[in-house]
Amino acid sequence: MESVVGEIVAKYNYWIYVVLMMIGFYAMIGKRNLVKKLLGMNIFQTSIILFFVSTGVKKGGGIPIVDKYEGLAGTVEAASTVNPLPHVLMLTAIVVGVSVTGVALAVLQRIYREYGTLEEDEILEKTQR
Amino acid sequence: MKNLALLATLLTGALLLYGTKDFPAWGDPQSPASTYLSPHYIEEAVEETHVPNIVTAVLGDYRGYDTMFETVVIYCAGMAVVSVLRRNRDEEE
Amino acid sequence: MRDIYEHTAGEDLIIKTSVRLLVPFIQLFGLYVIVHGHYSPGGGFQGGVILGASFILLALAFGMKTSQEYMTIKVNTVFTNLGAAIFIGVGVVSALFGGLFLDYAALNILIPLGRIEWHSFGIFLVEVGVGITVMSIMVLLYWNLSSGGALDEGL
Repeated sequence: MESVVGEIVAKYNYWIYVVLMMIGFYAMIGKRNLVKKLLGMNIFQTSIILFFVSTGVKKGGGIPIVDKYEGLAGTVEAASTVNPLPHVLMLTAIVVGVSVTGVALAVLQRIYREYGTLEEDEILEKTQR
Repeated sequence: MKNLALLATLLTGALLLYGTKDFPAWGDPQSPASTYLSPHYIEEAVEETHVPNIVTAVLGDYRGYDTMFETVVIYCAGMAVVSVLRRNRDEEE
Repeated sequence: MRDIYEHTAGEDLIIKTSVRLLVPFIQLFGLYVIVHGHYSPGGGFQGGVILGASFILLALAFGMKTSQEYMTIKVNTVFTNLGAAIFIGVGVVSALFGGLFLDYAALNILIPLGRIEWHSFGIFLVEVGVGITVMSIMVLLYWNLSSGGALDEGL
């Protein structure tokens, strides 16, 4: 038990991502207003993106933009350059997040036009009557 | 309701923190994310594409399909917003 | 004391003058970010969002009707389709000339630049297409979300 807690505390960088993820998760299930739930989903997505980008970091590594002549000569070292693959995948994830937020805001406007309110319990009352 | 949500959140957070026991340490060059395909990308990308920015080379050349479907996703989001918010003539009266 | 807050939002002389001076430089910077995707951080998505933000700034400061004179709805529709068509068109043309789909080196038969140089030029063409689509979709999203679908007056 002591070694498990010791290992978890030593990797303290993962605490940031878990805390952000849990803030977003609580906003998604604990709040009643629909806009707040949507913002919670956004926070959740941001924490996942940060976590993925951080898995590619190497100690003392430089950014994945190399000198052209060094690259043509073939002397780029893989151990001193940050992993570029999570950056690529997270670009796609950011754009998908923007698209989902845009469509969700449009749907929220329709809900407001239809029911006149954006609180979850009032909408449930109106649909179950 | 909010107490139940808080309890569920704390339980999930504790489970996730317990799951970080198996993760690699911060900045490890031998972690599984950095050993299978990315050394090939870092070392060969400039020779094969003459583009110094490895992220753009991977995004546009090695993973071109993903970028194409990503453009289709953002196009569909625009179409969805237009069609959800359209007002008909008879609804306005 | 309430009169100075009664004017319509955004139609202030300072805001209008400064936006009119800033928008060309923002667009130039957006084009710079798209074209320099090979040598510095940037590329299609990032430059497209900056270009779209310049049109949104115009719509916020001058009103939506004025911004629709600078980018009409018809031009917006054409640009969204043009960007996606450039991307898929490059792929289909390179498949027609004997390579795989999105294999840029097969276009060497059309314009002889060298098989490896075509990779770099193909990435550039594709990023331009992505930038045009993202710019028009950002402007379209702002127009529809801020006016509730009616495109007559915004925030």
